[in-house]
Amino acid sequence: MKKIKISIAGVALVSMVLLVQSCKPKNAGSAVNTDAASKAYVAPGKYDEFYNFVSGGFSGQLSVYGLPSGRLLKVVPVFSVDPEKGYGYSEETKPMLTTSNGSVPWDDLHHLDMSQTNGEIDGRWIFANANNTPRVARVDLTTFRTAEIIELPNSAGNHSSPFITENTEYVVAGTRFSVPPDNANGDVPINSYKKNFKGSISFISVDKGSGKMDIAFQLRCPGVDFDLSHAGKGKSHGWFFFSCYNTEQANTLLEVNASQRDKDFIMAVNWQKAEEYLKAGKGKKETVRYAHNIYDEKTHTATSEIRTQVTVLDIKELKDICYFIPCPKSPHGCDVDPTGEFIVGSGKLAALIPVFSFDKIQKAIAAKDFIGDYDGVPVIKYESALYGEVKKPGLGPLHTEFDGRGNAITTMFVSSEIVRWNIKDLKIIDRQPTFYSPGHLCIPGGDTKKPNGKYVIVYNKITKDRYLPTGPELAQSAQLFDITGDKMQLILDFPTIGEPHYAQAVEASVIKNNSVKFFKIEENANAYVSKGEGTAKVIRTGNKIDVYMTAIRSHLTPDNIEGVRVGDEVYFHVTNLEQDWDVPHGFAIKGALNGELLIMPGETQTLKWVPQKAGMFPFYCTDFCSALHQEMQGYIRISTAGSNVPLLFSTGKNLPPADSTSTAK
Amino acid sequence: MKEYKIIFAFLLIVSMAACNNGAEKTTPADNTAATTSTPAGGQEAVQDNDSEKDVVKVAVGSKNHTTLVAALKAADLVTSLSNAGPFTVFAPTNAAFDKLPAGTVEGLLKPEKKEDLQNILQYHVTLSALKAESFTDGQVLGMVNGDNVTISIKDGKVMLNNSATIIATIPASNGIIYVIDAVLLPPAKK
Repeated sequence: MKKIKISIAGVALVSMVLLVQSCKPKNAGSAVNTDAASKAYVAPGKYDEFYNFVSGGFSGQLSVYGLPSGRLLKVVPVFSVDPEKGYGYSEETKPMLTTSNGSVPWDDLHHLDMSQTNGEIDGRWIFANANNTPRVARVDLTTFRTAEIIELPNSAGNHSSPFITENTEYVVAGTRFSVPPDNANGDVPINSYKKNFKGSISFISVDKGSGKMDIAFQLRCPGVDFDLSHAGKGKSHGWFFFSCYNTEQANTLLEVNASQRDKDFIMAVNWQKAEEYLKAGKGKKETVRYAHNIYDEKTHTATSEIRTQVTVLDIKELKDICYFIPCPKSPHGCDVDPTGEFIVGSGKLAALIPVFSFDKIQKAIAAKDFIGDYDGVPVIKYESALYGEVKKPGLGPLHTEFDGRGNAITTMFVSSEIVRWNIKDLKIIDRQPTFYSPGHLCIPGGDTKKPNGKYVIVYNKITKDRYLPTGPELAQSAQLFDITGDKMQLILDFPTIGEPHYAQAVEASVIKNNSVKFFKIEENANAYVSKGEGTAKVIRTGNKIDVYMTAIRSHLTPDNIEGVRVGDEVYFHVTNLEQDWDVPHGFAIKGALNGELLIMPGETQTLKWVPQKAGMFPFYCTDFCSALHQEMQGYIRISTAGSNVPLLFSTGKNLPPADSTSTAK
Repeated sequence: MKEYKIIFAFLLIVSMAACNNGAEKTTPADNTAATTSTPAGGQEAVQDNDSEKDVVKVAVGSKNHTTLVAALKAADLVTSLSNAGPFTVFAPTNAAFDKLPAGTVEGLLKPEKKEDLQNILQYHVTLSALKAESFTDGQVLGMVNGDNVTISIKDGKVMLNNSATIIATIPASNGIIYVIDAVLLPPAKK
């Protein structure tokens, strides 16, 4: 009887708990309306409407999603090695990760910006920044591969990057960490920051045809932390706006010491003025060292060169290039509306969002309406640059994008919400919770002249209320909102790789028809290509063995190799002979210390292998290619050092002797 | 046996009543820009008895802060303060709230006073975890509501706006709580 009593009480308790939980107000689950799933569903046979390029943060890569489905389509390796692509493992791709410090296998990618023509996304390239060892990369959107990486001298913590001008004239790179310039003695006391540390902003020119990058000039700036930036557009084309914090010039415990001042700055840069000074020969050439790496899709090979000179314009000496605008409380996001008139600064510690007017800034500069200077750079009076303030937007405003209908949407990190407000009257229209702690957000074309206000995607840090536990770290998330109605509606929540910082999205039609399906084998100019099985061969040059190998469904040529010895260096140059979309082959050999290969159709990739001991080593195709993929395999026989086993290679010919039990010597 | 049935029914009623309260608390669908709709029952409701406690969980666990916790809930600030922070929270005790003129707290807890309540509570929070030893006499702290608090140090005692004294320090996973003996009132709007 006692047992029954207890169980009844237990049931009552459990049912109470369940009921209380079931009527909990909104949470991530119940905030999604019932028609949400159907709005995000993309049936087989149909493509997504948008590409969404998302920063992979500390993974160093960028990911590509389809919207509205949220399907992960690809991870594009940029600043980190990637076993899934062979990037950084094959001899051809290794030079991409070269820096003036040597090879850096892993960096931190924060922001993305797509190339534009006339202020609209043109779908040619997407640029990315390496935050740690400062670099900017250009990814080719016909191949979805990293085409070029340029290192930045005089820089540390390339955070304010890679934002671009409306015709992709320049990609900028502003330093988060001010440091002594490279050609100065950096071996100085850290607390000599105010005297010795300088900020640096690089303007990287982009060739209109090839996309090739070059550091056109650098601005030598006061030592502060440059945070984020966006280019002017339309009427403000020719200007660039950078948020900066730590105008206290603290060198320790920035958490406290860089939050002292009521206002930090947005720096307005007249880059066309800088161009004039450059033409007039006002730039100073400085000796530096930085790497410039290019991947050539004809040779399927990257090359790296070290450059040794950069031109610097000092904004203290050369007047009229830069102006500081006071901006409350450590501004983070610095976003320019589609008309180019309004510049939105989001002070992460501020209880309001200031909106500056480009026209008022111009008037203030003309009238010299300054409250003084900061390290030799004029500071415009706050009220003279201000259009107005969005009052009580939420807690912790971080980033703003634009919907193309006269509204802005801003993320609130602390209060975990997105807030839509009208740019003209600065009134709040709608606010919706996002789960939880949002950082960046993205509207397709949301930082261009022509946003597509169908969706906003919000990138969130915290998912522990809904993602099944996976140990100490959980995936971060993207949340897709339909913003076509008066109320923003959450319709999908999907995990991201690494940490999603800034993102870009664009109508699929801008990119998808230009996508390369395979590389033409007749155009393959790799030094070690085999354009057919007839040219496959093995060549010994001293202790270097070059294996010119081909792969096609479903065999490797040669697939039997003998006469290679311990002490040799073997290079497998594998050419994928397929001329068909989505038929890559892989290559792996037992005991390889460096990894494997993945070879796209028509491409040649090389794996270096140093056999450690005599014996039999199988190799095979690792990327499922056909019904007989499992048969796509071979052997290399490794003999002892000094052995005189002759060099032999073949496919389909190395048959057993008539007496199959005998052993050939 | 009968009495257990009664208990069961009672529990059911209690739980349903809780449900009704919950339903009342949700923001109407046509909420306007003026009202905030911070979600409840999200990240702060995740069961986790292993990790260090955040500032909200520390406050919830304190017998001396029941008024503050009730106020945070009424102001929809629980989710915000469960955020990564880092926060410095000045936490008035129940006794501190009791020092306010009679009826003040009850008035502020009314739904129509939510914005005023949020303003007062946000005046007790600043972003960044400030260690006690970092406080200096005359230091000005920018609070989350946009107003400033001034610190003064006399005879080793740290005071805020010359009206509230820090009486205890409690570290939390996402910040630091300083227990104070008076409620801080934001400066009147100009």
